[in-house]
Amino acid sequence: MKKLFGILLLMVMALVIAACSSDSSSDGGEDADASDGGDSGESAESGGGGEGTVEIFSWWTGAGEEDGLLALIDLFEQEHPDITVDNAAVAGGAGTNAKAVLATRMQGDDPPSTFQVHGGAELNEGWVAADKMEPLNDFYEEQGWMDKFPQDLIDMVSKDGNIYSVPVNIHRGNVIFYNKQVFEDNGLEVPTTYDEFIAVADKLQDAGVTPLALGDKEAWTATQIFENILLGELGPDDYKSLWAGDIAFDDDRVVAAAEKFKTVLGYVNEDHASRNWQDAAQLVGDGEAAMINMGDWAKGYFSNDLDLETNKDFGYFAFPETDGDFMVITDTFGLPKGVENPDEVKEFLSVLGSVEGQDAFNPLKGSIPARVDADESKYDEYGKDAMKDFNESNLTPSLAHGSAAAEGFVTKANQAVNIFVTQLDVDNLINTLKNAASEL
Amino acid sequence: MAEQAVDRQEQEYPENHRQQQAAQKEKKPKKKISGDQWVALGFLAPSFILVLIFVYGFIGWTGWVSVSNWNTLVPDFSFAGLKNYIYLFNDYRFQADLRNTVFFTILFIGLVIVMGLGLSILIDQKLKGESLFRNIFLFPMALSFVVTGVVWQWLLNPSTGYNQFLALFGIQPKWYTDTNILAGFEWGSIEFGLPVAIIAVVIAAVWQMTGFSLAMYLAGLRGIPDELREAARMDGASEFQIYKKVILPMLMPITVSVIIIMAHISLKIFDLIYAMTGSGANFVTDVPGVYMFETTFRGNYYANGAAIAIIMLLMVAVFIVPYLLANRRSDG
Repeated sequence: MKKLFGILLLMVMALVIAACSSDSSSDGGEDADASDGGDSGESAESGGGGEGTVEIFSWWTGAGEEDGLLALIDLFEQEHPDITVDNAAVAGGAGTNAKAVLATRMQGDDPPSTFQVHGGAELNEGWVAADKMEPLNDFYEEQGWMDKFPQDLIDMVSKDGNIYSVPVNIHRGNVIFYNKQVFEDNGLEVPTTYDEFIAVADKLQDAGVTPLALGDKEAWTATQIFENILLGELGPDDYKSLWAGDIAFDDDRVVAAAEKFKTVLGYVNEDHASRNWQDAAQLVGDGEAAMINMGDWAKGYFSNDLDLETNKDFGYFAFPETDGDFMVITDTFGLPKGVENPDEVKEFLSVLGSVEGQDAFNPLKGSIPARVDADESKYDEYGKDAMKDFNESNLTPSLAHGSAAAEGFVTKANQAVNIFVTQLDVDNLINTLKNAASEL
Repeated sequence: MAEQAVDRQEQEYPENHRQQQAAQKEKKPKKKISGDQWVALGFLAPSFILVLIFVYGFIGWTGWVSVSNWNTLVPDFSFAGLKNYIYLFNDYRFQADLRNTVFFTILFIGLVIVMGLGLSILIDQKLKGESLFRNIFLFPMALSFVVTGVVWQWLLNPSTGYNQFLALFGIQPKWYTDTNILAGFEWGSIEFGLPVAIIAVVIAAVWQMTGFSLAMYLAGLRGIPDELREAARMDGASEFQIYKKVILPMLMPITVSVIIIMAHISLKIFDLIYAMTGSGANFVTDVPGVYMFETTFRGNYYANGAAIAIIMLLMVAVFIVPYLLANRRSDG
């Protein structure tokens, strides 16, 4: 009995100590803020519940991306030694696990201070529609960011005129990486139109090389090809109208895109269903396949994991007929409703959206900055190219990565594509998409 | 998370069962509750209450979600009737899941029983190094299904795995990437028949779980007294007849246990599929567990996911409930 009492006492003491220490740290936070001047009034206001901690929720646990996040956190902690950063990254499943945890926390009214979310529908039709996000218009004005991000990009993180998150990086989805040696051996030029692409693919097939590597163990890789063909067929404006519901899925051009998709699938490796995208990229690295359509995170895989040299071993070009377009995949961070210390979270967002923050994060992650005025010299050859394209191209949202449509639709589209890859039934694909369109 | 849950259930199942039986036996003498029993009840109460809330309470909650309209990020508990169930049974993917589950379960249980029984009879022949063989066959069970899945994914990869050996004989099966349906016919919106790809998954699952049924059959065989065999031999029965007429009937209870345990594993399987093949091209290796996870946490179709969970529960109940009832009867 005595022992039990002892244990209880210990637990109570531990609780008291924990409470005290968090109190004292938040006190410290206020003091330091006060000495900062400027926003002392605001921070005192939030001090009631504020704990001097910013919890950053993401799924960045992979090699380069984690380094980028840590560099960003370092930078923030240098500028704000009074605020502790809690790196709450959830590993695995390309964000699926993290999203499941996030959904549980948001629904339990226990939001993280800020969390990773793809710009576009994943943000707007998800959390904003669920009324879980704070608008950041004033914050953008205050930071002078309105002309620092491309307007198309700001539109992607806005709903009904309100801005809801800060983009930190940009990846491009409509890129084809190719094996230079294979192209040289077969005397091939980079194709820019669909017909040229098919001609190149035919030649490669005759030469006994797999023209296009695909690893659709997860269906989004195939969906990505389809969305790029759609973009080429419709053009950037109508492509956006398609996801806005203004163009029907049985439009002739969508049907034509599905037919082209069917043709393109005739050029992929036979064991595509057993590979993920890295396994497929390896085929290109080894020269067994000539090309792969993949977001430009594949560049990091080619140069870091396969040890290949940019523009020597492998090259890249825009998906045929989408040269002037940029399929955007952007990670953004917003401010959820119900956070105890919104001002401290905003401090973090301001570092995240600053040139220094973006230049600390992106070179390590292998992406390009979302700002138009970042320091180009910090990026590699591919990065510089991509930054130039990003500034000059039409920006379009990616379906496969949740920017073009709500996740419910994306899941159904992925299922339809998975069936299509085997059955190659154009009518069936169009019908399924049409039925799912009510969820756009 | 899911694989841990499955693993835990595997380990706990026989344990629970024994505890249950013990508890039922204790109840028999109708006496007043003694002081010791009060203490026992006191210790049981917390876990009883927790199980009541966190198992049965949440089953009820899932049931409630499954008849609601909660198919976005925003919870919506308005009553939807059987809408989600009707959607699922009309859904191409779910129909494919049911087909795959049926064939996976039949093949998996059948092979685990046949191979477990066969191997245990061989090991029971009092051969040298018996414990070595027993351990070799039992060890795969110590692995997690995820490990098994990854290993067999490589072994059965059509371009890099076991096929390089088979190429010597000129055979190149496509294993889990095969999209053919054997003996298929139109049924609903899918082709009903044995998906060739599921055979690869069955091989991996059987490899892992045969050791378990082997151990159970071996224990059963050891429990059959030698006198019975002797008596049968005296009556002039051949060895084959002894097995057919004496030993196999006596192993019936073991077979029932193996079927129950394997059925609840195979109907709820998630980790093996998720690690090994995913949904597969045209959903040839998809199962309800994987669909439930993806539709709930990728598509935010919470009500649909809950409906799948309830259907899975009912499928397992079809196996478990008769077993529990039969047990209750035999325990008196």
